[in-house]
Amino acid sequence: MKEKLQKIREHAMAQIQSAENLNTLNDVRVAILGKKGELTSVLKGMKEVAPEDRPKVGQLVNETREEIERVLEEARKKMEAFVREEKLKAEVIDVTLPAKKNRVGHRHPNTIALEEVERIFIGMGYEVVEGPEIEYDLYNFEKLNIPDGHPAKDEQDTFYINKEILLRTQTSPCQARVMEQGKLPIRMIAPGRVFRSDEVDATHSPSFHQVEGLVVDKNITFADLKGTLEEFAKELFGPETRTKFRPHHFPFTEPSAEVDVSCFKCGGKGCRFCKGSGWIEILGCGMVHPHVLEMCGIDPEQYTGFAFGVGLERIALLKYEIDDMRLLYENDIRFLGQF
Amino acid sequence: MDTSLSWIKAYVPELNVTAQEYTDAMTLSGTKVEGYRALDADLENIIIGQIVKIERHPDADKLVVCQVDVGGEAPVQIVTGAPNVKEGQKVPVVLDGGRVAGGHDGKLTPGGIKIKKGKLRGVESNGMMCSIEELGQTREMFPEAPELGIYIFPDDVRVGESAVKALGLDDVIFEYEITSNRVDCYSVIGIAREAAATFRKKFILPEVKVQGSGGDVNDYIRVDVKDADLCPRYCARVVKNIKLGPSPKWMQRRLAVNGIRPINNIVDITNYVMEEYGQPMHAYDLDTIAGRQILVRRAEKNEKFVTLDGQERTMDDSVLMICDGEKAIGIAGIMGGENSMITDNVKTMLFEAACFDGVNIRLSAKKVGLRTEASGKFEKGLDPNNAQAAIDRACQLIEELGAGEVVDGMVDVYTGMKKPVRVPFDADKINALLGTDITKEQMLSYLHMVELEYDERTGEILVPTFRQDVLCLADLAEEVARFYGYDNIPTTLPTGEATTGKLPFKLRMEAVARDIAEFCGFSQGMTYSFESPKVFDKLLLDKEDPLRNAIVISNPLGEDFSIMRTTSLNGMLTSLATNYNRRNKNVRLYELGNIYMAEELPLTELPDERMQFTLGMYGEGDFFTMKGVVEEFFDKIGLRKKEIYDPDAGKPFLHPGRQAKIVYCGKTVGYLGEVHPAVAEAYGIGERAYVAVLDMPAILPFATFDRKYEGIAKYPAVNRDISMVIPKEVLAGQIEEVIENKGGSYLESYQLFDVYEGAQIKKGYKSMAYSIVFRAKDKTLEEADVASAMKRIL
Repeated sequence: MKEKLQKIREHAMAQIQSAENLNTLNDVRVAILGKKGELTSVLKGMKEVAPEDRPKVGQLVNETREEIERVLEEARKKMEAFVREEKLKAEVIDVTLPAKKNRVGHRHPNTIALEEVERIFIGMGYEVVEGPEIEYDLYNFEKLNIPDGHPAKDEQDTFYINKEILLRTQTSPCQARVMEQGKLPIRMIAPGRVFRSDEVDATHSPSFHQVEGLVVDKNITFADLKGTLEEFAKELFGPETRTKFRPHHFPFTEPSAEVDVSCFKCGGKGCRFCKGSGWIEILGCGMVHPHVLEMCGIDPEQYTGFAFGVGLERIALLKYEIDDMRLLYENDIRFLGQF
Repeated sequence: MDTSLSWIKAYVPELNVTAQEYTDAMTLSGTKVEGYRALDADLENIIIGQIVKIERHPDADKLVVCQVDVGGEAPVQIVTGAPNVKEGQKVPVVLDGGRVAGGHDGKLTPGGIKIKKGKLRGVESNGMMCSIEELGQTREMFPEAPELGIYIFPDDVRVGESAVKALGLDDVIFEYEITSNRVDCYSVIGIAREAAATFRKKFILPEVKVQGSGGDVNDYIRVDVKDADLCPRYCARVVKNIKLGPSPKWMQRRLAVNGIRPINNIVDITNYVMEEYGQPMHAYDLDTIAGRQILVRRAEKNEKFVTLDGQERTMDDSVLMICDGEKAIGIAGIMGGENSMITDNVKTMLFEAACFDGVNIRLSAKKVGLRTEASGKFEKGLDPNNAQAAIDRACQLIEELGAGEVVDGMVDVYTGMKKPVRVPFDADKINALLGTDITKEQMLSYLHMVELEYDERTGEILVPTFRQDVLCLADLAEEVARFYGYDNIPTTLPTGEATTGKLPFKLRMEAVARDIAEFCGFSQGMTYSFESPKVFDKLLLDKEDPLRNAIVISNPLGEDFSIMRTTSLNGMLTSLATNYNRRNKNVRLYELGNIYMAEELPLTELPDERMQFTLGMYGEGDFFTMKGVVEEFFDKIGLRKKEIYDPDAGKPFLHPGRQAKIVYCGKTVGYLGEVHPAVAEAYGIGERAYVAVLDMPAILPFATFDRKYEGIAKYPAVNRDISMVIPKEVLAGQIEEVIENKGGSYLESYQLFDVYEGAQIKKGYKSMAYSIVFRAKDKTLEEADVASAMKRIL
């Protein structure tokens, strides 16, 4: 019996050794361990074994069975690993072949610039508001301290529909509209389309975009205006950016300033981009003129405020180094696709 | 406005700065210097030499060999071809290694031309004698320079000294951007005052004194100002025994470097004072003035007048005229008349320094079609108190230059004398506005520098009349700030009540629209809000179409930009066409922009500005691709109900069989379709193009960002496929409406999976197959549940 088992075992080991694939391996299992397998038939022959020897033989049979099973399992695992390996080897691809893209569209550079500006000011607690593009003279000029006869009102710059209604030349009328609502304090920005009677060329467009900003509260100072715009410039153009405030004149702010930022191309050393000066002009600003506050129903003795206006196209052109403003309105996808 | 540094220094003698320092400091104190130009930038090593000997060149007829004394030990030998050289002349000489600005033909070479010694036809030449053109100047500005040849100095210059200096070319010209509120800075004196304050130096005004030659101006002229509203002040003086001649070199140089051509002493004095004081003046030949009388009045309607440039001009009744006893002799503040102009025979002259209404001058200059140096100054609104100073200065110069004899007295018609404004001064408030901590004394010292004087008694600042821009405390704060230095003001952030940053709902929806469009492959375009009225014909719109009721711009840039758009389609089709022309393939564009719908025309109220979400494409994709984008968008902004596509959209610019009006909850919210081939052709798009236009204000009331979780189905679904043969005209939408209405509460979804027309189907019919899914939330559906639903549908 013992020898028989020994023989079965040796036979099994040999067969496992020589199995070529998973199928032949499975055949080996069936031939030895299956219902009609060699080892099974040994068990069936247990009747012939003397009762006192049965436990010992039984143990021997089980041991043999376990050993064969173990070796079989090992062989199977090895073989499976080999098969997987082979499969993976066969599936090698050229990863440098072109990507399959879902062709996503591109945002207009103006919008990208606007979203940057909005993000910065929303973070500082500003509300975004809108105003009409076709506007009353009253809001575009009168309430901003630009009375009849002021050169800024000259027909050369302004598109008129009639005497009272025009295409807004600036987003500043939003200032007057928001102040008139009387909800204080005010922290707002107003982006939008504006119009001026300029012929189209590389640096002019009769239609462009501005973002207006306005803060009105108690104790607002020129220092606050400086701090806010400095923060803005750093966020927009990078933390190294320096700002320079130069006195200027706007009818609806006093004191007024123009703001230059250190050239983000050369860092202020002077290059072709900043025409050698190291500075680039980006916006106009000032303290809201007390007369404007008054006209909009806010007591200038109690409240002060600051306002600023920035040209979106100017920022987009500078930031993305676009050399011709006309590109912004042609909508060539080879241009748009670069943003 | 330009000034030379030397002219500024005439009033600020202590000023000692480089051009760059001047530029930076002036800009930071509020007088923006746009740029500067050193006149001698390209001139080097040019000195005054005297020709001591001229000999013929041994080998060239047209050349001569000169020995030139340049103040050295021995004369320098220079060969020249100039025809005008003579022994004894003093001339500008550029020595070996020096530079000149250009050639004698007047062409300038950036960086200059280097001069080296060499041989001319075998004779050594150690430099070059210069023409005015080689020095970078013109005969216009240096009228004494010969037409051909070397510039010859007058005899009083010293050999060996700088020729550049002798010609006044050791100077820098600054170009300023003066803001419209600083009328006083359109003058050399105004800018000099700012420069003195900026550099904390003494400012010295010219001392104006007219000696007079006796007589009484009132015996020569009478002035009546009929329309004083347009002429607050009219000053007149008379000069007799005029001796016309050239003005002195120093005056010519100052005018020349400021770009003003010297003409004769009278004209030059007028121009000089206009630059210096910012006050334009006019000179009339008194003998041409009828009745020795001046009348200032508005023109008659259609009055004709010949200005001194010989042109006949037509006035309207708002233009102010200067007249004599019989006729008009000048358009006030713009240009004098041919009939009274100064000629070489002038004996007695009437000098006019007036102040006219700025707005009126600006409008008149436009109406007459003549903008002059004078009108450019007047239109800014001049200080009437400056007129007298200026006319006296001019008379002083006339005396000093011996150009005539000034008659005593001045006719001065001045209604409502302009007095200094008083502005209450409050240092604390100024500090509160600026966020600074500047002492009162410091503030007053800044103000004093620009002649804003403190009246201790009343606590007010007296504002001189030339500063028309200082009217309130905020204006004083700006004066303080700019001399304290904007740079020195601290930087802080606003304190006070915190506010929430917000993007309004409308803009959030537009942001979603951008996201969806871009995910679907559309790039954002931008087009103009105004367009041509021809657009309507191009879009095949009916003559009565309400879209034709567009708002018209009264002063457009041309017909092509003359109406405010009532449809966003033209912009989109134009952009598609641009891309098509440039052979771009598979173009997908979108735009978010307003159209402008008038309640009534002509406009009395602001129009309805409607944001349009416009999509356009050609290349890959079809009608249903576009429809997919629309539905993705609707889904993202919470429009969950089924939108209806009504093929009866009535859009003449779209393919009649491929267009649909989009209706949501009974409201039209947009349309989409294939561009009509005729329209595509008109725009030059050679492929099928598709557009969708969504009217955002119509969509907004349905939009929401609210979401509710509905659970994931636990019970199995039951699928049923149905296939039917139906007449071709029946729309999928109609079938789906039936499925939806009759499907009952277990209906979960349905999908069209096959449409077939062809051989096996009767002509005029089509086969459509739907897969319908039923599911209950609370149980496994039984056959009977599904069967009854299917029965209802069928």
